[in-house]
Amino acid sequence: MVMGDLVREVDVAVIGGGPGGYSAAFRAAELGLETVVVDATQRLGGACLWEGCIPSKALLHVAAVMHDAERVREVGIEYGPPKISIEPLRAWKDDRVVTRLARGLAGVALRRGVEVIGGRAVFEGSRALRVEGEAPQKIHFKHAIIATGSAPDHLPGIEWGPRVMDSTMALELPDVPARLLVVGGGYIGLELGTVYATLGSAVTLVELTDGLLPGVDRDLVQPLARRIDGLFTAVRLGAQVVALRATADRVEVEIEGSGVEPFDRVLVAVGRRAQSAGLGLETTRVQVDERGVIAIDDRCRTSDPSIYAVGDVTGEPMLAHRAMRQGRVAAEVIAGHASAFDNVAVPAVVFTDPEIAWCGLTERDARQTNRPVKVARFLWAASGRAATLGRSDGLTKLIADPDTGRVLGAGVVGPGAGELIAEAALAVETAALAEDLAATIHAHPTLSESVMEAAQSLLLDLRPATPTGA
Amino acid sequence: MGRPFVLPDLGEGLTEAEIVAVLVREGEVIREDAPLLEVETDKARVEIPSPMGGRIEAIHVSPGETVKVGAALVTFADAAVGSAAAGAPDKSPAPATSRAPGAAPVAQRATPAAPPRSAPGPSPPVPSPVHSPPSQSPLADTSRAADGAPARPERVGPVPATPATRRLARELGVDLRAVRPTGPGGRVTDADVRAAGAPATGEPGPAAAPATRPPVATPLAPAPFQIPPLPRFEQWGPVERAPLSHLRRTIAERMTLSAAIVPHVTHFDRADITDLDALIRANLEAARARGVTLTLTSFLLKAAALTLAAHPSFNASLDAAAGELVLKRYHHLGVAVATERGLIVPVIRDVDRKPLLALAAELGALAQRVRDGKATLDDLRGGTFTITNIGALGGTGAIPIINYPEVAILGVARAREEPVVRGGQIVARLILPLTLTFDHRVADGADGARFAADLVRRLEHPDQLLLEL
Repeated sequence: MVMGDLVREVDVAVIGGGPGGYSAAFRAAELGLETVVVDATQRLGGACLWEGCIPSKALLHVAAVMHDAERVREVGIEYGPPKISIEPLRAWKDDRVVTRLARGLAGVALRRGVEVIGGRAVFEGSRALRVEGEAPQKIHFKHAIIATGSAPDHLPGIEWGPRVMDSTMALELPDVPARLLVVGGGYIGLELGTVYATLGSAVTLVELTDGLLPGVDRDLVQPLARRIDGLFTAVRLGAQVVALRATADRVEVEIEGSGVEPFDRVLVAVGRRAQSAGLGLETTRVQVDERGVIAIDDRCRTSDPSIYAVGDVTGEPMLAHRAMRQGRVAAEVIAGHASAFDNVAVPAVVFTDPEIAWCGLTERDARQTNRPVKVARFLWAASGRAATLGRSDGLTKLIADPDTGRVLGAGVVGPGAGELIAEAALAVETAALAEDLAATIHAHPTLSESVMEAAQSLLLDLRPATPTGA
Repeated sequence: MGRPFVLPDLGEGLTEAEIVAVLVREGEVIREDAPLLEVETDKARVEIPSPMGGRIEAIHVSPGETVKVGAALVTFADAAVGSAAAGAPDKSPAPATSRAPGAAPVAQRATPAAPPRSAPGPSPPVPSPVHSPPSQSPLADTSRAADGAPARPERVGPVPATPATRRLARELGVDLRAVRPTGPGGRVTDADVRAAGAPATGEPGPAAAPATRPPVATPLAPAPFQIPPLPRFEQWGPVERAPLSHLRRTIAERMTLSAAIVPHVTHFDRADITDLDALIRANLEAARARGVTLTLTSFLLKAAALTLAAHPSFNASLDAAAGELVLKRYHHLGVAVATERGLIVPVIRDVDRKPLLALAAELGALAQRVRDGKATLDDLRGGTFTITNIGALGGTGAIPIINYPEVAILGVARAREEPVVRGGQIVARLILPLTLTFDHRVADGADGARFAADLVRRLEHPDQLLLEL
């Protein structure tokens, strides 16, 4: 490898072109800083665009349409069983969704003057890095932002293989296996399991804890759990994979409590791991823990004054939108603004059917910290819109301060929960009161009314206000 | 774990400093107040004392490095016993003490009578908090509210405030947790933040008593601008890149800010200082006998201070966000000094109150300190108006850039003997060209003309100065 003496001087070097990286880079460029992005794939989008958020939501949309088509049979419109052609489905996902969005990102980068450099970045101290790859070069930066993201974790002792997939492989949709085992009952396992089950696989799910989506309030999970029971062949809770043996044409898996079963493919979705190895961080002051997570403060600064970090590489929650906000904050801090990641409400969404979404304080958090709260639940059985959609199995809840009615958190389960949570996130972030939500007119008939209804019932339930005295 | 100590807020827009020397070693046990580091900002070299006694667990900086306010400098090993009971639920980087070296209390925004802040207990180092309140700035000595009463007790969880309000608090260096909230449900509003950031005693408006009702303060509209990227110069020929020195960077940033935000207007005038010059010459010996070199500048300072007292809007700052003019009741004048490293503006305080000889003495001493690179941070802060000698190296005048956030600057060119018509005759007089550059948001051309005329009158009739002393 010939190290060219090409040295670039930049204000900001962003390492990793995913949502955290490109958000930081675009914001930095907007603020007048000369910025480059170094990405091993030489393109923007990261795991989110190429092997995560986007392809999975595309497939989940298709699954939802298929479910809707099946359900509409109950009201007199019958389509018959679907004919599934994997090639066009894959092509739509890859070309018309992912590639089109990628071109859009590349266009933005061009317009903002952000150069995307292909290669692996390795730090050489706190002010410089070298790029390894086809076009080696050195970059001297005033500030660097590490946005190298995360990768699927594997089960200890079990290697990836043609029949043992991670989420990336599963999204490539190699085929529709007759029998699929999903290891892990978190959002990735449930989402991908839903896709494959809808396309025709017999899906078995195994989860270590006693319930799906550990950590999420149970009342939000219940409606989903009921549907999953109907959709998947088997759900084994409180169990784990004891042994796994892959052969040429199948995988023999021993699940705790159920013995050995054969599957055509196994999807391992047990979590994601921060990617910070091989960056040369030992030449800097950046602190990394034993899980590879980079320590940052609320300005996204690492222990090294010229290096920032954003996104999955900084730990949980590993969500693209958290990375995007952090990316903007890091760029603004570098540009001298009084910015900080002080967000109170980071929403989370599970894109199954029904969707689940939540933000802010959960009931579980409140219980665990002994914090008194008032919770108001509105059942969609009482929603006009839900009735017209034939989807009365949803629920909207608000969690509020018992004295002031300030909205501390919210949770929604039902179709469109991911969109409905945005209003709640705004309420939590701006310290709005239940009274504000209750008094704001929500269009009728919509599912958004459920937020207003929950707020109205909260008002009935609050402690009487202490008089302020005149 | 350990207790990190971060670079404290240096005040007045200074956001970073260069490490000159590290005076301790890792593993060393030091006492509170022992010199820890030497840093340099604006060519004022400043020693930072240790905020606590203890063992240095790790040193995070090295000489030559530039660090930003809030960056970790050293980490102290955990003490066996926490220093303050607060139990610090926050996880932001540990704020340093409010004792910036050599400073009158850094917290210009704190109450004058505010007791020293009790240091919060050990906080965990850098790792990202999930819900973190805004980073504390030692500038925000708001452990006590404006009237001296204890602030609200620590809340559970994040302080209720919109993102815009939180950002305002950060910009003003106000700690949200000590602000008394008046918004619905205990929300902290912008007004609450500003009230917490304002000085304790709000004096009512002064001399300019309008007969009509005073206007309600409303924010001015902001001026947006975007900087396009530089072209690649290499395409036209070879170039060389020279990094800017710290002082140069600071000047560049300050000038850009002032030029971008302040609409500059300049009023040109000339003062006949023949009589003033004669007065100075006549008193040179007497002054020297008292160890003072009498110069024109000391008279300029005095005349300017008296003129500012009569035209208070030139001795003010504009708070665009609040839509208010901050009229200062003190008169601290900056005198621009050219050093080989760049332009420095040390400040002389209370020019209106000091006798002329005292001013001259102080001026001489200050200029010497600056040239020797020994000016302290205190020497450079608190100015309300600036005088700059634009004729020192020749030329007939210049339009200087206002020393933001002041609203006016007086440029003085070289005095020359010139032919002047007086009573039909041409006589030789000593003429001093002046430029008064001021902020058009605050004053109009007529105001500038009146100020300049007033100043010129004092310079042309030094005997009248006597009546004002």
